[in-house]
Amino acid sequence: MSEPLLPPIGMLAELTHRCPLQCPYCSNPLELLKANRELDTQTWLDLFSQAADLGVLQVHLSGGEPTLRRDLEQLIAGLSARGVYTNLITAGINIAEGRIEAFAEAGLDHLQLSFQGARPATTDRIGNHSGSHEKKLETARRGRAAGLPLTINAPIHRHNIEEVPEFIDLALSLDAERLEIANVQYAGWALANRNALMPERAAVERQAEIVAAAQERLAGIINIDFVPPDYFAVYPKPCMGGWARDAFMVTPDGTVLPCHAAQTIPSLRFERFGERSLAEIWTNSPAFNAYRGTEWMQEPCRSCERREIDWGGCRCQAMAIAGDAAATDPVCIKSPIHARMAMLIDETRRASADSAADEPFIYRRIGAVTELA
Amino acid sequence: MMALRERAIVSLRSVPSLPRHVRMQYDPVRQGFAVLSPEKVFWPNDISLDILRRCDGRSSVSHIIAGLAADYDAEQEAVAADVIAFLQEWSDKLLVKL
Repeated sequence: MSEPLLPPIGMLAELTHRCPLQCPYCSNPLELLKANRELDTQTWLDLFSQAADLGVLQVHLSGGEPTLRRDLEQLIAGLSARGVYTNLITAGINIAEGRIEAFAEAGLDHLQLSFQGARPATTDRIGNHSGSHEKKLETARRGRAAGLPLTINAPIHRHNIEEVPEFIDLALSLDAERLEIANVQYAGWALANRNALMPERAAVERQAEIVAAAQERLAGIINIDFVPPDYFAVYPKPCMGGWARDAFMVTPDGTVLPCHAAQTIPSLRFERFGERSLAEIWTNSPAFNAYRGTEWMQEPCRSCERREIDWGGCRCQAMAIAGDAAATDPVCIKSPIHARMAMLIDETRRASADSAADEPFIYRRIGAVTELA
Repeated sequence: MMALRERAIVSLRSVPSLPRHVRMQYDPVRQGFAVLSPEKVFWPNDISLDILRRCDGRSSVSHIIAGLAADYDAEQEAVAADVIAFLQEWSDKLLVKL
């Protein structure tokens, strides 16, 4: 260990995999859990209480669609009672009347609402849900009326990258104090749909300029957080701020993971809350310790001056592209197989040029992967 | 469409407060004060904390400066420049409301 083990700050709770939308870049695993695998109310409350004891200051309530949990108000109240900052990450459709107000009443600190497009037709097509855009607008208004601060989350790919200026206008018009322009990360469903989602290099460059100009122009008016597409980058993202360094996530059945896609690393075995306490898992789980700090690193990471900036990048991307979870993230220009990133981008361009229409999406739904296989 | 917000500029008459999405609280695990915002947690130093504690929605910037100058036994002018720069930076990040 290159540094002492610190307590975690943030936790992402995937309360359910159920979702009314079918976005083809969903960060949930391809094998979605059904409702009967979800933790019950009391177990989530116990988990949250242990998380607060352990030092967690922020919990992101996500899914699937977390508002499908009928006990969401109770879960928010439980966290709020422990002084934990709560952020609800929602698709914002079909939320029953009075519930948003009830979330606020229970102590919700912040609402994060996704928009699949800045135009209604795009939102409805990407989520495969007709009328969803209009419902999201309504959710944003209800949230603001209930006094909740608002972030608009815009996952970006080739089918909406030209809408970035419109996303900025949309976030302003909805009185959001924050906008996330987050290019999709090619793991989970996005990896399965990579050829259909990969943007053109020219569009990526334009996007970066538009966002940088807007960040400057709108300082003090709206915060714009930009997650660039890492396939086009020179250095990798410090994924999760470093493996099991200050955050973790929990799946609907209570499996505790260092990141969304960790289960794609076949050599690791993950533990479920209940079998062991959260503190034991955070401290002693072999999977959490596998890529903690810098000791596990190979060259070129091991002697790199950026090793505690990038933390080697994304372990799951190293697994997916280099075939070795301990390899340097191939996004890094120092990776011996960095050239493969450009090849993957070109491959998607060829794939879309070969067919008259765009590559069809594999929409995210339970069982879609068995259809694939 | 509603009227869009404008960038707020700190003046001596501004009355700063923490907006709804920002919370300052003591963390018993790390034994320090944390400022919580939607995606980020900040750990301000003692002087920053002293400024933030006075952002109570009742005290003007000139009142805050006078209080800090007295507490730190420092020149008002020097304190004023630091406080105004700090508040402008935090306001631009929407962490302080003016």
